[in-house]
Amino acid sequence: MESAERCEPAVGVIRSGILPEVNSTKRVDQDWRSTVRKRIDGIGLGWIRGKTAVIGDPLERDLVEALGRERVVTGSGARSLYSRDGSVTRGGSAGIVCFPETTDDVAACVTVAVSHGRAFVARGAGTGLSGGAVPCDEPVMVVTTRMNSIYEVDLDRRIAWVGPGVVNLDLSRHLSGTGLHFAPDPSSQQACTIGGNVANNSGGPHCLLYGVTSAHVLAIEVVLPDGEVVLLGAEEGRSPGYDLRGAFVGGEGTLGIATRICVRLTEDPPEVATLLLDFDQIEGAADMVSAVIASGIVPAALEIMDKRVIEAVEPFVEAGYPLDAAAVLIVELDGLPDGVADAIERIKAIGLDHGARTVRVAKDDEERTRIWKGRKNAFGAIAVIKPDYYLNDTVIPRTRLAEVLMRIYEVVEERQLMVMNVFHAGDGNLHPLIVFDAREPGVMERVLEAGEEIVRISVEAGGVLSGEHGIGLEKKRFMHMQFSPADLEAQDQLRRAFDVRGLANPAKVLPTGASCGHVTNLERAPKGTWV
Amino acid sequence: MMNLSQLANDVGEVGAVCVRGGGTRWDVGGAAGDVQVVMAPTGIDSFDPAEMTVVVGAGTTLSELADALAARGQEVALDGPPGATIGGALMVGRSPLRRGRLGEVADVLLQADCVGADGQVFVAGGPTVKNVSGYDLCRLLVGSLGTLAVVGRVILRTRPMPEDSAWMSGEVPLKVVLQSVYRPATVLWDGRQTTVRVEGHGADVNNEVDLLGGLGLERVDQPVLPRERDRWSGFLPSGGVLEVGAGVVHQLERPSPPAVAAGVRVLGDRMREAFDPRRRFNPGRDPHRVAA
Repeated sequence: MESAERCEPAVGVIRSGILPEVNSTKRVDQDWRSTVRKRIDGIGLGWIRGKTAVIGDPLERDLVEALGRERVVTGSGARSLYSRDGSVTRGGSAGIVCFPETTDDVAACVTVAVSHGRAFVARGAGTGLSGGAVPCDEPVMVVTTRMNSIYEVDLDRRIAWVGPGVVNLDLSRHLSGTGLHFAPDPSSQQACTIGGNVANNSGGPHCLLYGVTSAHVLAIEVVLPDGEVVLLGAEEGRSPGYDLRGAFVGGEGTLGIATRICVRLTEDPPEVATLLLDFDQIEGAADMVSAVIASGIVPAALEIMDKRVIEAVEPFVEAGYPLDAAAVLIVELDGLPDGVADAIERIKAIGLDHGARTVRVAKDDEERTRIWKGRKNAFGAIAVIKPDYYLNDTVIPRTRLAEVLMRIYEVVEERQLMVMNVFHAGDGNLHPLIVFDAREPGVMERVLEAGEEIVRISVEAGGVLSGEHGIGLEKKRFMHMQFSPADLEAQDQLRRAFDVRGLANPAKVLPTGASCGHVTNLERAPKGTWV
Repeated sequence: MMNLSQLANDVGEVGAVCVRGGGTRWDVGGAAGDVQVVMAPTGIDSFDPAEMTVVVGAGTTLSELADALAARGQEVALDGPPGATIGGALMVGRSPLRRGRLGEVADVLLQADCVGADGQVFVAGGPTVKNVSGYDLCRLLVGSLGTLAVVGRVILRTRPMPEDSAWMSGEVPLKVVLQSVYRPATVLWDGRQTTVRVEGHGADVNNEVDLLGGLGLERVDQPVLPRERDRWSGFLPSGGVLEVGAGVVHQLERPSPPAVAAGVRVLGDRMREAFDPRRRFNPGRDPHRVAA
């Protein structure tokens, strides 16, 4: 293994007693070994093999010089851990793993990496579902989890400046009691970072009314792929020039690394109503979604769960989902009291028109929390059915939900597989989840085939490849289904303007250019993945 | 389905080209200069209220679109002077005054069918209301003053119109007003008067009007704002009106060109170079010159 080769000469040098050459920088104190030992945090145990006075690998030497020994990890344990994310992509290979704490640190990581002609990959909590943070060919990993400070909250102007490593839910918890919150609420919000949300332009149930991450990111301090630091966007309004902030959000780490993010804070609604409707047929729930939107109501959230999901979730969560229903629809309404009260009545009427058997309105926060707990924890419960799963993410016109759902059940079941559906119905954002047992011979091929078919059906129905999980490695081979070569060339122009040398998270998003050597999809899926 | 072959033909492969909409904000970001002027297709292709999207030629006027949407109870987050077109509003990239409810212009463009500097048609974005497939070319195009591509046909996000609304104004401190209303559509401040637009369900709007009335605000017509715009710098010029939360001052005087950080300009210029290496599109205009 290459890592072993890198360690060898260094160990030899220690034995020969030559003094360290690299401890002359301001951050590395004389007794750096004891400092580092104190900082072992469980992740970096493996680095011990790499401890050295003179570092043989010039890239490692320069990173250590810039960041200090304690924030540069080379051990095989860390490298293995950081070679994967929340996706089913396997076979990635991380190079040196860096834990920057400041913008200067990130700029140093990038500058050193590119000066060695080495790629770099930014990574937050690693909850991504499309392989966007999976490293190809041993890049420098820039892990932003230590940049987790909330720098400033301005309640009057309703903005906050945060580090990219701040966990999504931690920001809203921090704001609790102020009357404001951060609106994007991906189901991984207990773990995912805001830097990751920016990279993926993340969604969540409440994006139906409030919009996805891009609508809540006002300005971003970015380390560009050439190491330059720029501020894109502005705290208020537009900044002069192109909307480079808008172009950067959703760039999946291929356009640079966000080091400080100015987010918009949203007023807590004075009134919230959560409704649970259940149906004999999933078509009724699907058609009701379009009817609600057509009636002029935009709920805060509109989520569907099918029978298999209900059966998996209900015993754990006891949310009160009827076990004999074909589907349940969660509708959340918010705003001022009279509008909410009026919308509840209209939703009830539309529900009954579309075959809803019962309409339950949560009577308090406790009941509302339980209804949402079932939705947000759906994927944890699924492990009881099959050990492995493959989660897709496509968007279709919401008026075609019923018909496309039926096609998805067909194409999956034709392949003797099982699919479960729990999704952001209001946006037409499907999340078909194929569950299987990877030990079964030949099952992978059928799962992959069904996954591809789901993407094809969605695009043919007038939809798109991904609504919130991104393209990453997983879907770049499908890009041609949605985009012509000219479309892809225009996207590549955007990318090249940011990253002239092509060293920022290469081999992601666009099907052209570099490939990611040994990566495969679909080995064992990680447990407890969110959707 | 609207065909862009005529537009692609007009744009061709050589020579300076500029797309003209209504010409209502023709001076934004510089002069067009000596260029061949092309026009984008007009007319509404399709509109389905249940999708909250509309497919429309970029040359269509905002008023024609607004009428068609209003007939089905919806609207779109674009505004501009009478005669302004959709393409023009997108390229100038100014958010509507009612952005607090209607949303920002940056979030309105879902898909743009364009002609690039090589004369080829390409599609940016996608037709659905949610989409992270590939790079966000649509947000890059909004506010680009036609310097990256000629936009021919677009798919826009629509929204239901509010049931009721009211403009209220009074000599009441801004903070007091902000604490009294929920998600106002617009908040304006001229140094003395605070003016706010509330929107929503009829009964809720009535309650907010009563509450604001109790604070000393009165119902007014939609205010007429000075024509020029500048970035808010913490200073309100004489006759100026601050659009609160938008960072925009509506004022009488033409603003001086904004300061642009060197790194941002370099990146912006690189973007233009990547899309239009021969600088065919709108060579006299530069988005870096637009203050607000």
